[in-house]
Amino acid sequence: MITISKQQLDEIREHGVRDYPYECCGLLLGRYTAEGKVVTETYPISNAREESAKRNRFLITPEELMRGERYAASRDLEVVGFYHSHPDSPAVPSNYDLEHAWPTYSYIIVSTRADQATDLFSWEQQEDRSRFNQEEIQCP
Amino acid sequence: MPVTITIPAPLRQFAGGQSQIVVEAKTAGEALDSLTTTHSALRRHLFNDQNTLRNFVNVYLNDEDIRHASGPDTPVKDGDTLMIVPSIAGGSVIESEVGQDLPELSNEEIMRYSRHLIMPEVGMQGQRRMKAASVLMIGTGGLGAPVGMYLAAAGIGRIGIVDFDVVEESNLQRQIIHGTKDLGRRKIESARDRLRDINPHIEIETHESRLTSHNAMQLFRNYDVIVDGTDNFPTRYLVNDACVLSGKPNVYGSIFRFEGQASVFWAEKGACYRCLYPEPPPPGLVPSCAEGGVLGVLPGIVGAIQANETIKIILGAEGLMINRLLLFDAWTMKFREFKLRKDPKCPVCGENPTVTKLIDYEEFCGMAAHQAPPPDTKLEEISATELNARRLRGDKLQIIDVREPHEFEIAQIPGTKLIPLGHVVGRMNEIDPNAETIVHCKGGVRSAKAIAALKRAGFQGRLINLKGGITAWSEDVDPRVPKY
Repeated sequence: MITISKQQLDEIREHGVRDYPYECCGLLLGRYTAEGKVVTETYPISNAREESAKRNRFLITPEELMRGERYAASRDLEVVGFYHSHPDSPAVPSNYDLEHAWPTYSYIIVSTRADQATDLFSWEQQEDRSRFNQEEIQCP
Repeated sequence: MPVTITIPAPLRQFAGGQSQIVVEAKTAGEALDSLTTTHSALRRHLFNDQNTLRNFVNVYLNDEDIRHASGPDTPVKDGDTLMIVPSIAGGSVIESEVGQDLPELSNEEIMRYSRHLIMPEVGMQGQRRMKAASVLMIGTGGLGAPVGMYLAAAGIGRIGIVDFDVVEESNLQRQIIHGTKDLGRRKIESARDRLRDINPHIEIETHESRLTSHNAMQLFRNYDVIVDGTDNFPTRYLVNDACVLSGKPNVYGSIFRFEGQASVFWAEKGACYRCLYPEPPPPGLVPSCAEGGVLGVLPGIVGAIQANETIKIILGAEGLMINRLLLFDAWTMKFREFKLRKDPKCPVCGENPTVTKLIDYEEFCGMAAHQAPPPDTKLEEISATELNARRLRGDKLQIIDVREPHEFEIAQIPGTKLIPLGHVVGRMNEIDPNAETIVHCKGGVRSAKAIAALKRAGFQGRLINLKGGITAWSEDVDPRVPKY
C-alpha cells in the first residue's frame, strides 16, 4: 500500500499533462513504515531526455537518482518509488518494465491525453519478479 | 579487503534488513558475489539468468560507475564503498520504439480488450501484437471450434480456416462453432459467420479445400502460427512436416473418446511431432472419432489449451508447451505431462533430414493401399438398396454386424448377427462358409477390415461388404433406423 495526498497526485497528473506528448517522470520521496510507503514529496525529474529517448531507454539515469537520493537524505527521507506518464496509452507497466524493476518500490503510472490525465495506478513488482501487482493507493 | 556495500532501501528486505554490509573482496565482482552468496534472495534482483548484472542495475565504486572502470574486475581496496543504484525504465518509450510497426487499437477495441490490457503480461503492446498476428486453423471441427472462437474473441487480427466439409447433425454434439441452423451448410461459411459475430474487428479468411501436399506450403507461408485441429494421421503428419519446412510453430491437439493430447511442436525450439511419433500407427489400429466416439466436452478442453498456447506464442510468453506433451483424461479428470526431446535422427527436423519436401501422406500412413485394395484381394461390395432387394427376393444371406455392442444398441439392421471387429477372427466358426455373407459396420470401413482379416485367417466363404454401412441402410432403405 502507498499513502499519498491528493495534492501530490494532482502534481503528478499536472506534470504528465504539461509534458504531453512526451513522458514525464519523477521520484516519490517519503518513508517506509509498517503500514507501507508514505509519500511526503514528489521530485520531478527534468524532461531533458526527449532527444536521447530513442537511444536511451531509461527515464531516470542513476546519476539523477543519486542526486535525488542525496536530496532525500538531506531531508531525512528515502526514495520509495517512481512515477511516469504513458501518453495515449493505458496506465499499466509493460513486460519491459518488469525486467527493469525492483520489488518494494512503487511505480505510479499516469495515462495522459493532450488536455487531461485519465487513469492513475500504482504498481509493485512481485518478489519473484514474475509480474507487477496493482497496489492500493491510500489518499487521506 | 573489507569493502562496504550500501543496499538500496527496496532490497534491504532481501539482505536481512541491513542498509550496509561489509564483505571481503579484491574486485567489485567478488564483492557482489560474496554479498549474493550470503544473501541469495538478492541475486535475482541484481543478476539475470545469464549471470550478468541486470542492465538497469548500476554499481558505483566511490561515486564512479564500475562500467567506466573495468566492470566486475574493477579492483577494490580497503575502506572502499560500493553503491547499488537502479536506473528507471519507462515501458511506453520502448513500446513506441519496438511497436512502430504494430497496428493501433481503436477506442472500441480498447474497450473490448480491457481485461487483457490491464494485465501487464498482455498490455497495450501484447494486444497490438495479437492484432498484428495471423493464425491458420486446420479444421473447424471439435478442436477448431473452441480454438477459433477464443482466438477471435481474443482479437487475433487475421484468422484463416481450412475445411472442406459440411455441417452434419452428428457434429453438433461437440463442434460448438456450428449450430442447428447451419445443418447442411459448408463448415467454413458457418464458422466464418460465427467468428464474425464474436468479433467484427478481425479478418477471417476461408480456404475451402482439403489440406494437401500441394497447397500446404503456400497456405502456411501467409500465417504466423498453425493450429492443428485434424482428426487423421495423414493430415497430422502433413501439418507437422509443412510447419517444420516453413519454420512455423505447430500447436497440436488430438482427441479420442475421453483422452486428449496437446503440445507445441516448434522445430526451431524443440521437438516436432515426428520426434515423438516417427512412424504412423498401422492403418486401422487407432480408430477415428467417428468409429471410436469422443466425449463432446473433450475437444472443448483440448482446443482451449491450444488457443491458450497460440496466444502465448504471439505474446512471446515464457512457459510454452515446447518439449512437453500433455495427456488429459476426462474420465478420471487427470492431467499428466511427459518431457519430449528433439530427436537428432528425426527424418524431418533432425541433423540429416531425409524428408526435405512434402510427400504423399496417404501413402506414408498406409491409407492408399487401404482405399484401393490389390486386385487379387478385390473387395466385393453391395449397396444397401441391392441388399434390401435380395432379402425381399428371399435370397439366403447371413448378415454379420462387426460394430461394438453399444452401437448395436443404438441402431440395427434386422436379422443380423453381432460379432465385433476385434472378435471376428476368433469367432470365425460362427459364420457359415456355405452361405453368402454380408458384413456391415457403421460406414463400411471396419467391415472391409473384417473381411480382409477373415480372408487372411483362411475363411473360405464368400464375403460381401455393405457399402456405406448401416448409415447407407438408413438413408436408402429404412429411415426409421437412426443415423448416429
